[in-house]
Parts: sequence; structure tokens; C-alpha cells
Amino acid sequence: MSDKSHDPNQMTGAAMIVRALIDHGVTDIFGYPGGAVLPIYDEIFQQSEVQHILVRHEQGAGHAAEGYARSTGRPGVALVTSGPGATNMVTPLTDALMDSIPLVCISGQVPTHLIGNDAFQECDTVGITRPCTKHNWLVRDVNDLAKVLHEAFYVATTGRPGPVLVDVPKDVQFATGTYHPPRKSDVHRSYAPRVKGDATQIRKAVALLAGAKRPVIYSGGGVINSGPEATRLLRELVEVTGFPITSTLMGLGAYPASGKSWLGMLGMHGTYEANMTMHDCDVMLCVGARFDDRITGRVDAFSPGSKKIHIDIDPSSINKNIRVDVPIIGDCGNILGDILQVFKAEAKKPDIKAWWQQIAQWRARNSLYYRKSNDVILPQHAIQSLFEATRGRDTYITTEVGQHQMWAAQFYGFEEPHRWMTSGGLGTMGYGLPAAVGVQVAHPDSLVIDIAGDASVQMTMQEMSTAVQYELPIKIFILNNQYMGMVRQWQQLLHGNRLSHSYSEAMPDFVKLAEAYGGVGIQVHKPGDLDGAIQEMISVKRPVLFDCRVASLENCFPMIPSGKAHNEMLLPEQANDEATAKAFAGGKALV
Amino acid sequence: MNQPASAYFIEERHDPNETHTLSVLVQNEPGVLARVIGLFSGRGYNIESLTVSETESQKHLSRITIVTTGTPMVIEQIKHQLDRMIPVYRVVDMTLTKRSIERELAMVKVRGQGEHRVEALRLADAFRARVIDATTESFVFEITGNTEKINQFIDLMRPLGLVEVSRTGVAAIGRGPEGM
Repeated sequence: MSDKSHDPNQMTGAAMIVRALIDHGVTDIFGYPGGAVLPIYDEIFQQSEVQHILVRHEQGAGHAAEGYARSTGRPGVALVTSGPGATNMVTPLTDALMDSIPLVCISGQVPTHLIGNDAFQECDTVGITRPCTKHNWLVRDVNDLAKVLHEAFYVATTGRPGPVLVDVPKDVQFATGTYHPPRKSDVHRSYAPRVKGDATQIRKAVALLAGAKRPVIYSGGGVINSGPEATRLLRELVEVTGFPITSTLMGLGAYPASGKSWLGMLGMHGTYEANMTMHDCDVMLCVGARFDDRITGRVDAFSPGSKKIHIDIDPSSINKNIRVDVPIIGDCGNILGDILQVFKAEAKKPDIKAWWQQIAQWRARNSLYYRKSNDVILPQHAIQSLFEATRGRDTYITTEVGQHQMWAAQFYGFEEPHRWMTSGGLGTMGYGLPAAVGVQVAHPDSLVIDIAGDASVQMTMQEMSTAVQYELPIKIFILNNQYMGMVRQWQQLLHGNRLSHSYSEAMPDFVKLAEAYGGVGIQVHKPGDLDGAIQEMISVKRPVLFDCRVASLENCFPMIPSGKAHNEMLLPEQANDEATAKAFAGGKALV
Repeated sequence: MNQPASAYFIEERHDPNETHTLSVLVQNEPGVLARVIGLFSGRGYNIESLTVSETESQKHLSRITIVTTGTPMVIEQIKHQLDRMIPVYRVVDMTLTKRSIERELAMVKVRGQGEHRVEALRLADAFRARVIDATTESFVFEITGNTEKINQFIDLMRPLGLVEVSRTGVAAIGRGPEGM
């Protein structure tokens, strides 16, 4: 035996992976074993610092890691095998890329000598995941592994966060090499995200803000990604300036929904007041958001009279969709701090009383109005009841994608960041249930609810089994209308009510399904039974499938028909057949 | 067909397209070119010409020269999207610097006899193209210059028996003492 055998940094590739996880403070990972990761699973078996959560499908591991990341602010980690294990990760990786979620995926690969041979469970993982990761690596030499793993964590969590993937062939996992703890030189010298905002730009921004007559702050997920300090500073800026604030779907919770300057969410299904404020403002401060098409509506009619300030850590977000006047590149926490400092030193709170009066008139339109019923549960009512029942509790909400997601964004009030996990950019049906698993792992004593639709939830239903295995008492609150509600809504509004394949004729019995998994099933039909059933759901300390039968043909309003401007919203009380036909007349938008 | 079609708004944009030459300094590592090309195909950008080679082997640096077309907003996007890639050190828009030299090399094979052959040789001389291969019925010319000059030469060779062309694509470098 050589002296090297006593060197504690000499170890196998598989051991390095577990060691690197520990060195990066990882306590929980989500994964699924297979041939090409068996050496890593063998290492996991022989230690207790990293807890492994066995999912039922690799997509579930990815979304669970996303939920874990978004609810903690720490990177989520997934471990999958080669071939199908890796391809099943493509959806969560893309989801995390679109929503800027720090995710580290470690995938097994066939041994290096078999790469390119069409070996069993081989696929070109780095090739397939190149466009859906912030960066990825194939490690061919065990002595590169430590450096790559450390760089992977650094890249995932710094700058604009995002998913990364490290592909490790099985022979590299078995080979012995030298490990080193994380160090600065592990990172590409070419990677240096800009954090500090340009001082001249910040002064220009403050000058615009101080002179504003009709200002608005439009914040996004970047504020939450930046960390608690950015949230605090955003709230302080709203306080100091007295400006109205709206937020994207991703940004909910950065400013409290109960705050007096809150306009509600903006965009396609945002409130009337938020969208009108955006349309008519003279100064717009966009913080950590990216002028997505669901936000802007028709771009050439987007907020035509305003000067736009855009804070973003990613230079490629600037001027991508909307040309802005004052771009500031850097971390939004940092820049908000600088703006506040200059504003407090040199500017006075502008008098915008008249603007608030105008906003009050828009608010009075009550754009989230819906007609309650004594016979049938309205989905909006169900979410309001859920919100009332969980208000003040330590609650985390995840969602799937569709009508229920928009209603949740409209009717559930978020007071804090990291409490709202939803697939915004990619719009991944099936995100919410596994995400809830991940959130519950990170917060075992909190109330974790997936507000779901009956169609979405069936895409990743198998993760109920994970929840039961690890005694994760997630609550799956299904707004069951038997339709793919948002698809049906668009078919009704845009395709002559030809409901092509948007109705699920064979719906499972969710109560029996819950029981089959070893969870608890609850079903409710009548509005009068709703509150009691929700209380029952909350008090059960096991996974629950809550089958809330709701009005099947309810539409989600208000709505900016896509391709239209913010001031062309369709409000619920106007949404009779004639007005709807008119709103969508002259053509329909492509997206 | 009386079924109402699903007519859609299509926003038409009429910003004029511009052609820009970008120099991109990257870490020479596996997959780096695939990343760059994937970015262009994935986001629907155009590549008119692409030239790549390692330029500093000690530091494992490669220089990629890309000629692309797009509206000014798209060109700006392309630069930012390239710049945020992990192995990319620098992106310089050579067209914006207005101080760049662009050159391309082409090898042009021409087949013919008699008067055509003489004419081809005469034109090659005028364009300062070199003969790098000759048979009794053919020439291969090597020509260096900007894209326009090479296009012009190829056009002239066409009626004289042009067989085939191999081009390197554009390489660019800034004038003056400064590096990129």
C-alpha cells in the first residue's frame, strides 16, 4: 500500500460526489437509482449526513428539488441514472431554467469506453441538456470531478440562478482520485456575473423616480432569488416613495398582499388596476422581472407613455422584449439598496395623490368579482376559503398549471417570499405535487398545499407514493372541474367552443386513489361543506387528496386577450357572449 | 369550408436587418462550439459565416468569428446571450468598432481549355489569386480578401468553367495596437 491510501482526500468518484454534497451543505437530495449510478447509491447507503428521498419518476425528483430550492433559497439536488433517467429530467431542468431556480442534477453515464457506442441506457445527456441548463459538464477524469462539482454549485447559485447538470460515467465513479474542498479557482475565469449596479445609471433612475407623477413598481422573481435583503429593501422603497407596486406570478410574496400599496398581480390574468397602472404610468421601475409576453400583452402598445427603468442581473434580459430607458445590470438587492440610499439623501417623496385617486377608481371596478353560488362550489370561492382557513399559519403553496394556478395567484394572499412555488415560465402541468414533496422535506412541520387541477395532478400523481413513504403530510387541493380548464376556456373563447379533447371522461375516484396510495381522500361537492372539509384536511397529519368538485365551466377573468394591450382587458362582469366575442374579434393571438 | 378558422394576430415587425461581425473569445473545451451553434439555432438567429480555431493553445483559448444578420435589437440580444455563456470570455461587435479588418480565404477550382483558361489566369492575376494546383485542363486558385472581393472573383470564374469552391468563412481583427 502506498502512502496515498492514508490521504483522506484520496477517494473514489462516487465518494467525491457525496463528499461534495456535504461540503456544500446539502442535507437532502431527490433521486432514483439505476445501473449507471449504483456506485453513488452505494456511497449514499454508507453514510447518514445526506438524506436521499426516493421518488417514483425522475421528473418528480427534479420538481421536488425545485420546490426545495424555491422554499429555502438553497440549491435543490437531484440524482438520476443514465439514459431514461436523464431524459426524464429534461422537463424539470427546462422549468428551472425558465424560472431561474438553482438546481444541481447529477446523472450517471455509461462507462467512458462505451460512450458513443449506443450502449444500454446511453444517451447524449450533455447534448440533450445543453439548451436546458445554465451549464453542464461531462466528467471524463476522476481528478476533474471535485473541481467540476464545486463549479456546478457555484454556477447554479450565483448570478441569475439556474439548473446545472454534471454527467459522471460509471468508471469515473469507481476510479480513485484526489478530492479537494471548494476553492475560488474551481470556477471558469470567464464566469463573473455583475453584482454591483452602475452609479450613473442609479442616479438617472432616482431622478426619474423623484420626478414621477404616475409611477409604478413592477417586481418579479429576481427579488425573491436575490434573498431576504432584496425583499426588505423593496418593501422599504415602496414605503419611502409611496409608489404603487404590482408583481409578476413569480414575484408574489416579495411585497405583502395585505400591504396598502399592493395592486395585485399584473399580466394576462392580473387585476384591472395593476394593468391599467402599468399602461398609464409615466415611470416604471422593473425589478428582477423580464417583460415576459404574459406580462406585456401586445408589445407595441405596452405602457406607451412611460420611462422604463429595468434592474436585472442578466444583461440578456435588457431590451429583449421591451426597450427600456435606464437599464441597470446587477443584483437587485444591491441596486435597490443604492437607489434607496440616493433617494433618501437627495429626493423627496413625490406627490402622487392624484395618481392614487385614479388607481382607486380602477380598483373600484372589482376585477376579481365572481358570482357565488349556494349549489355549486366556485373555484375562486374554494381558494378564498382555503386562504381564510390557512391565514396566519406557516403555509407553503405550490400549484400545477392552468386556471387553478391563476385563481390561486389572484385569490391567495402571499405575505412573505419563498411561500409560493409555481411553474411560471415553462408552465409545467404536474409541477405542483412533486414540488410539494420537496417543500415538505425542507419544512417538515409546515403546512404544504398543492393547489391543483384534476388534469395536471394526474401527470405526476405517482409521487403520492413518495409522500406516503416519507410521511410527508402534503395536501393536494384539487379543483376538480373534469376539464383541462384553461384549454377549455381558450377553446371557448378562441376556437368557436369546439372542446377538442379537453374533457376527461374517465376521472379516477380521487378518494379511493388516495387510499390506494395509503393517504387520505376527502371529497366535497357543496359550498356549505367546504370549510369543514378544509379544516379536516388541515388537521390530518398524512398526505391528503382533496377532491373539491367545482363549477365545471367557470372561466378565469379578468383576462387580456393575448395580442391585446393592457387597457383592453376583459372584465368578469362584461364577459357575456357578446363582449367576449368583441374582445377577441379581429383575430386571435398566437401565444 | 364554413368552419371558422382560428385566425390569429401576427405582429409584423419591419425593422431593417443589419449584418454584424462578432468576435467571441472562448475557453477551448469540449462542447463549446455546440453551445454557440445551439444558441443560434435554438433562438432562431442567423449564421452567415462561422470561423473557429484555437488561437492561444497555452491558455486554451479559441476565437470564434461569426457573421450574423438581424434587427439591431436581435443583434444586441445575440451579443448578450453569447456573453452570458459560462465559457465565453468576451464578445466584441467588430462592425460597431468600425475599425476592423475582415478577411476570407477561398480555394476556387476552374476547369477549361483554350481562351477560357487564359482568361481565368489573367483574372486571377488581377485579383492577386495564386495558382496552387494546375493540370492541363484545370487550376485551383487561392484567393484572400473580404467577402465581397471573393464573391466577385467567383462570379467571374463561373462562365470560365467553375467546378467548386471551398471557403474558410470570415476572420476579423481590430486595427491599431490594442487587442480585443
